[in-house]
Formats: sequence, structure tokens, C-alpha cells
Amino acid sequence: MSTPTQQPTRDPGPGGRGTLATGTTRKGDAVFKGTSTGAGVLILLVLAGVAAFLIGQSIPALTASPEDLPEGQTVTAYVWPLLFGTVLAAIIALLVATPIAVGIGLFISHFAPRRAAQTLGYLVDLLAAVPSIVYGIWGAVVLSAWLVPIYQWLERNAGFLPFFDGPALPSGRTMLTAGLVLAVMILPIITALSRDVFLQTPRLHEEAALALGATRWEMIRYAVIPYGRSGVVSAAMLGLGRALGETMAVALVLSGARIITFDLIGAANPLTIAANIALAFPESSGLTTNTLIASGLALFIITFLVNFAARWIVSRSGAKA
Amino acid sequence: MNRRTFRRAAVPAALALSLGLAACSGENETTTTGGEGTSTSDLSGSIAGAGASTQTAAQQTWAAGFNAENPDVTVNYDPVGSGAGREQFLNGGVPFAGSDAYLDEEELAASEERCAGGNAIDLPVYVSPISVAYNLPGVENLQLSPTTLANIFNGTITTWNDPAITADNPGATLPDTRINPVHRSDDSGTTENFTDYLHATAPEAWTAEPDGEWPLQTGEAAQGTSGVVQAIGAGEGSIGYADESQVAASDLQAAALKVGENWVAPSAEAAATALDSSSRVEGRPEGDIAIEIDRTTTADGAYPLFIVSYAIACTAYEDATQGELVKSYLTYVTSEEGQQAAAERAGSAPISDQLREDITTSLDMIGA
Repeated sequence: MSTPTQQPTRDPGPGGRGTLATGTTRKGDAVFKGTSTGAGVLILLVLAGVAAFLIGQSIPALTASPEDLPEGQTVTAYVWPLLFGTVLAAIIALLVATPIAVGIGLFISHFAPRRAAQTLGYLVDLLAAVPSIVYGIWGAVVLSAWLVPIYQWLERNAGFLPFFDGPALPSGRTMLTAGLVLAVMILPIITALSRDVFLQTPRLHEEAALALGATRWEMIRYAVIPYGRSGVVSAAMLGLGRALGETMAVALVLSGARIITFDLIGAANPLTIAANIALAFPESSGLTTNTLIASGLALFIITFLVNFAARWIVSRSGAKA
Repeated sequence: MNRRTFRRAAVPAALALSLGLAACSGENETTTTGGEGTSTSDLSGSIAGAGASTQTAAQQTWAAGFNAENPDVTVNYDPVGSGAGREQFLNGGVPFAGSDAYLDEEELAASEERCAGGNAIDLPVYVSPISVAYNLPGVENLQLSPTTLANIFNGTITTWNDPAITADNPGATLPDTRINPVHRSDDSGTTENFTDYLHATAPEAWTAEPDGEWPLQTGEAAQGTSGVVQAIGAGEGSIGYADESQVAASDLQAAALKVGENWVAPSAEAAATALDSSSRVEGRPEGDIAIEIDRTTTADGAYPLFIVSYAIACTAYEDATQGELVKSYLTYVTSEEGQQAAAERAGSAPISDQLREDITTSLDMIGA
């Protein structure tokens, strides 16, 4: 970009004490600054646009009288059970996926021989490349059938717990199955981020721990995990964000209704917001559409809050370290 | 439609060229029109429809069949849902709509503006029986009365050896398996017709109004016809409702329903019989054929659990060419050939000759 003819402008000139010689790159700088600022502004505009759309389309449903809305309920009454289902499914997914992901991450970063670690890393990343509809079909057809005997066992032997109240659904398309499918789906993102964080543990910390006579497990416990904790938390929050918004897989797997129940293996399970939109939107019109979009707004806000919480946790523990 | 060939002889050059190319396929009967345009059809352009997903497979079949006869016409059908289809049609977005429900009074009034002085007409073009499918190994030819069926789906009857089911099936040995009723999780015309059937035939056991969305918050929910069929197949003791053609294609059994004093199994013929014994809705504009399905019919061999899905068109269009295209497309749709093609591909029940005659009369009003 710079040409010899521009050379003279590089002279700082009188009083140009300590200033950077920016003359030759001024044009490039401007272009780069412009594009990157543009990209930054664009993402804000897109976000604002989505928010404006959701709010604008929700207003008719929020202001309408309950009699005109689907099932004669207020929007809050309509969205509340869905919100419950969304959070429940995401929490199950997170509880299952996070320990496994941390385990895989530690195995790749500290235990596996380099070759095996690389291959395993690729395989986990590959999980992220599988389309969600494939997970949905797999969950509805294969996984749920596998889980039926387990659910029946749980109903017989752990039926006193509200989670396994039953009666166990003979096709196995329950909340627990949906949560497990979601867990598989968020596994790659949590694993990949945890692995990267664990790999960044300062070598000196690890060696110091080993030199003090720590075993490998103690070294991981006292050096690696505390260092990576905030990273794992933010990875889990990113996974949670994905689990909250997952649509097709849940719509296919879950036998859902708009109810609130903690029974994880029964026929009627709380449906999630995204899956409910996917199921009801195609045949909706008028205020029903507005109500569905209002539920989308609720999901948007929840996802936002989760991401804010993740940032907050990371910045807080980052400051402590 | 060939009669119009002469009237519209002055086709633009580009059209003539495409007709000339299309004439190469020439498998249709040809009328000698002379000149270069020896194609069988003088129609060209494209029309788009939108509406009920029930009709998707049938509309695709019809669009392909119509295109084979009229190579210069393309028909697109967007399965956006009945409500959205009617909305788009009334806004002038699409020249015809598919809908599981006929237009209501308000929509009919709105159609007068959209239809350039004419009005909208509902034409029943798609009829499809709904099967009650069950998964109960060792039990064949299950028979269910409407009240028993309603009590199974509302959760009153919970096991297969319940006295009510035993009473419907004298001599059969029924296991004590738990009943798992399966319904559609998405909003669908199948659910609307099924709940309408229950509401009409067993009003005491089924109090909920007919609705495209399952009105109860109990039972297993599965997405789409295929999802329901899959869920029933996966769970022993399950029972659900789905399109007859898809149940027949699976290895599930379909229950016979009590009609009058007889037990009738689902079939295209039985649904057509029930359709013919149903009456027309009164007070509709001329040409409109809205059917009041008689769910409680006792006609011999009638199976009253079926879907009627409509094509909705205008009697007048601002753009006469568009009207022409819609008219000839719907003529093909209701023709014996079109109905047969849909029966083979989509498993619908072909409409009767009587109904076809009535629809043809209505179609003649378009652009007249």
C-alpha cells in the first residue's frame, strides 16, 4: 500500500516528539479501523433489530385481553410452564455434560499420549458438526428406546422420588431423554473450552506442585483445576446458552405439554420455549403468532441473563486470581 | 381448456419459442392448432398456493401432474399452515390457498375485496381417512366405540383389559398392559378432525371443543404424522391417531370404529361414503362447497373419522390469466386422474363423481 512517493510525510516534523510515524499506513489504518468498527456496529444493529422485532411483535399479545389469546390465558401464564421446561432441560444437560466434559478436557490435556489426545480432540469437535436434527432423530428413535428399561427400573425402585414418579413412558421420549440428548450436544463446546483452559495452566505451577511431592491427581487438583475454574464456568454457561435455545432436537425427542412437573420419565413433560415455537408456529396466525413471539422474547432475555452471569463470574474470579 | 387455444393465438414470441421446445415432449393428446405452436396447452406462467400442510404430498403430486400436461406452467405450494394460507390468500399474496377449514363469515366478507368483485369459494379437493392405530402384540381387529375411544384419550380408561374395551371386543383376550395415548404435539388438521369426531360422537366423555392443538396436557405428544406412528410403534400399549395411508404403510394395526351398530375399519372408500352422506353448510355463497361433516352418520360402510381439506379460490381475479391458470389447475386437481394420483402418492380418498360435478360447476364460475 505504501509507495516511495509518500516517504516525505513520514517525517515527524517540528515538535513531532515521540509520535509514531504513521504516514505510510494511514490509509490502511483507516480502512481497517472502518471495517472493524463497522463489524462491531453491525452486530449491535443486528441484535437491536432482533430485539426490536421481538418486542414489537410481542406487544399485541402482551396488551391483548386474555380471552383473545390461545387457551384464554395471559401471556405470562402461557410462557411460564414453557420457561420452566426450557430451564429444566438445560439444567439436566448441564449437570450431565459438565463433569464429563471436564473429564475429557483433563484427559486430553494431562493424561493422554499426544497422539491419542489429538485424535480424541478431533472426535469431540466432530460431535459439534452433527446437525441438531440428526441428534433429534437419534434421540427419538434410538436413545429413547435404549432408556426405556432404565426408566421402568427407576419407576419401580426410585418411584418415591418426584423425578421418577412415572408411569414410565413406553416409548422413552421423556424430559430425561431430552436432557441427555442436549448434554451430548453441548459436550463439544464445554470440552473444547475446558481443554484449552487446562492447557494454559502455567508450567511452573504444575512443576512446583510435582516438586513438592504431589501426585499427578494432586497436581491437577491444586494447580490445574483452580486455575481453570473460571474458564470451565464460562464454558458451561456457553453450553447452557446452546441448551436453552436448542429447538429441533427437543421438538423431536420430547413428548411435551405446557405443564409444570418434576417427573422426568412420564408421558407428559414440560415443553421448552424453542420447541413449542417450532411446533406451533407453522399453523399459527394472528394473536397466537404474537404470543409465540412473546415467548421467544422471554427466551431471548433468559439467554442474555445467562451470558451476563457467565461474564460476571469469569470477571470476578479472574480478578481474584 | 384446449378450446381457448384459438382465442389466445397471438402469443408473444418468447412464449412461442418455449412452446416449441416443450412440444418435443409431446406425450399428451394433441389438437392441431396449425402454425408453430403445436403444444397441447396454451397456458403459461406460474401460480403459487399456500396453506395446509395436510395437502403437501397431494399438492406436490398435482403440481407435477399438471406440469406434465402444461409444460409451461409451474405450480408451487407452500405448506405454511391453514391459517397463514387463508391470510395470504385474502391479502392477495397467493392466487389460491389450501385449508383444513372453510372460510368463516368474516373471511368471506374480506374475500369480496380481494376477489375483484367476485367472492372466494371453498372446494373440497382432499379427503383422507384417519386411522386409530395401536400397538398391542397379539391383539388383532380391535374394535372401539366412540365413548371408549374418548375415555382412552382423556385418561379415564388406563389399561387394555378395562371392562369398556372388553365389552367392545367380545371374545378377545386383552392384556393388562397400561394404555399410552399418543397425540400430535404440533398444531394440525388431523388433531382438529379427531377431536371433532370425539366431541360429536361422545360429547359426554369428550367435552373439549375441536381444536388443532391437543386440548389436554396429558398423554404422549409426538411431532407430525411420522412422529406419532413412530411413537406408537416404539411403545407397547400405545394408541394414537394418524393418516390412514401412513398407518397402513407401517406395521401398526388400525382399530375399527363403531358406526351405528356396525364396526367399520378405516379405508378410502369408507371415508368417501361418509363424505357423501354429509350435508353442505347452508347459507354459503353460490359455488362454495363447504361440507358439514356428519360424524354421527349411521350410513352403511361409512367411516366418519376423516379429513376434508379445501382449495380456496376466487370467482374473479384482477389478472384474468391468473384466474385461467387457477381454474385449469383446480380442474386437474379434481379430475379423476388427479384424484387417483393423489390417492396413490398421498393416500387420500378420491372424491365421488357427484362431488366432482359440483366442483366443476363451481370452477366454471371462475372468470365467467
